[in-house]
Amino acid sequence: MPQDFWGRIVYILQERGPAYLDGAKNTMVIALISTFIGCIIGFAVGIVQTIPVSKKDNIFKRALLWVVRLILNIYVEVFRGTPMMVQAMFIFFGSSAVFNINMSMWFAAFFIVSINTGAYMAETVRGGILSIDPGQTEGAKAIGMTHVQTMLYVILPQALRNIMPQIGNNLIINIKDTCVLSVIGIVEMFYAAKSVAGALYTYFESFTIAMVIYFILTFACSRLLRLWEKKMDGSDNYDLATTDTLAHTSGLYSYTAKKEEDE
Amino acid sequence: MSGEIIKINHLSKTFGKNVVLRDIDFSVSTGDVTCIIGASGSGKSTLLRCLNLLETPTTGEILYHGEDIAAAHTNAAAYRAKVGMVFQSFNLFSNMTVLQNCIIGQTKVLKKNKEEAKKRALAFLDKVGMAPYINAKPRQLSGGQKQRVAIARALAMEPELLLFDEPTSALDPQMVGEVLDVMKQLAGEGLTMIIVTHEMAFARDVSNHVVYMADGVIEEAGDPKQIFSNPQNPKTQEFLKRFMRG
Ligand SMILES: Nc1ncnc2c1ncn2[C@@H]1O[C@H](COP(=O)(O)OP(=O)(O)OP(=O)(O)O)[C@@H](O)[C@H]1O
Ligand SMILES: [Mg+2]
Repeated sequence: MPQDFWGRIVYILQERGPAYLDGAKNTMVIALISTFIGCIIGFAVGIVQTIPVSKKDNIFKRALLWVVRLILNIYVEVFRGTPMMVQAMFIFFGSSAVFNINMSMWFAAFFIVSINTGAYMAETVRGGILSIDPGQTEGAKAIGMTHVQTMLYVILPQALRNIMPQIGNNLIINIKDTCVLSVIGIVEMFYAAKSVAGALYTYFESFTIAMVIYFILTFACSRLLRLWEKKMDGSDNYDLATTDTLAHTSGLYSYTAKKEEDE
Repeated sequence: MSGEIIKINHLSKTFGKNVVLRDIDFSVSTGDVTCIIGASGSGKSTLLRCLNLLETPTTGEILYHGEDIAAAHTNAAAYRAKVGMVFQSFNLFSNMTVLQNCIIGQTKVLKKNKEEAKKRALAFLDKVGMAPYINAKPRQLSGGQKQRVAIARALAMEPELLLFDEPTSALDPQMVGEVLDVMKQLAGEGLTMIIVTHEMAFARDVSNHVVYMADGVIEEAGDPKQIFSNPQNPKTQEFLKRFMRG
């Protein structure tokens, strides 16, 4: 083992590099997939929370919606209101001890992170939907679109764009917070770093490497998401379609083909 | 009566304890251009919104070809596909281009195929003078341009009746004309319209029926020439006098 700091870093990377890579891979797999599933859960919950009810609707629909919303509210409050590490212990060990359900470690990992992300995203999505000017909903209704169509084509695409920064936040939080899954035995970044540190007695160096890797992962994700947002915004300019418009109304040309490439 | 599209009987609307419309009777036939005038807060928008089921009438009936659409079982979406509405605040879809705004209703509601929908969208955008802007997003347009796109979007649904709620009130003076010109043209082509407006000259020249409302009641209704030159109701006289003075 080299005596100086940098020497030890290089040594650790040479000896245990694959372990770090493996940890980083597991961290990213859990964070990406769980953020994705969490977003789907968040959208589902957020959409249910914003279904309009009118007095015209029958009592059965209103009652059903009331019950579903109550359950969803409880879900959101409970998972937002308790630490993920405690949930991990509670769900993973509790399920086998009390209900005799033997969850695989990996299933538990995806489940816990997704369901947590979902709880946070639910409120974000609800806010995103409410932030869209109600005029657009009326505009959609006025051309005969149903509630589902209005949501699908008008409101949700805009809500998604508006909450992209929040989705990015959640992804970054998940990359970092998967480290609590080490308590149920998942070998992610933190677990890997801890093992190396324990085996080689190099706490400072091992965790320096972990810090750097975590930062690279989160920074890269945040930049990529920023690019994606830009892409969603489309171009700032538009082409004037100045050629003879009658030719177009007769269906001879297609303007849109060009437009798609510009964006 | 032949060609009667809408007939309203004893329509009332209250918000909480606030009575906004009282016992409105009213009818529209094919080809009618009806202008609704009246002071701010008199219930004009509410009446129009009831007609498009954006508000549910408290009592009374709205007969669409003899069928009561205010009743609980009506399919509001299907009805709205036939009775369009243009809003003061345009209400274009900001996530779509001008062209997409005019296509979406045709493909999703009328189930037309993409090619045909696009062709028709282009034709209507051409009509309102917005064909060059099909690739623009609403945020890139002026108010007058947005409103013309909104009109094209409504027209693309080939509505039987088109409702306008103060379509020029949110516009700068120099843009009012371009929108009114489009509406004049539509009136000339025989489109059935109900227009809430504060543009008295426009109402006088374009409509064949004028309704004056005050405090949720239709005070006077009739031929535009008669209402504007020789109103019978003292309230109408007062309103028009104030309005003409400016
Ligand atoms: N959703 C609502 N809840 C409660 N009161 C309402 C609601 N919508 C309208 N009102 C009330 O109904 C009355 C009539 O409003 P409305 O918008 O129909 O008037 P208007 O004639 O269109 O006026 P303007 O010329 O200013 O547009 C007003 O007193 C308004 O405060
Ligand atoms: Mg109004």
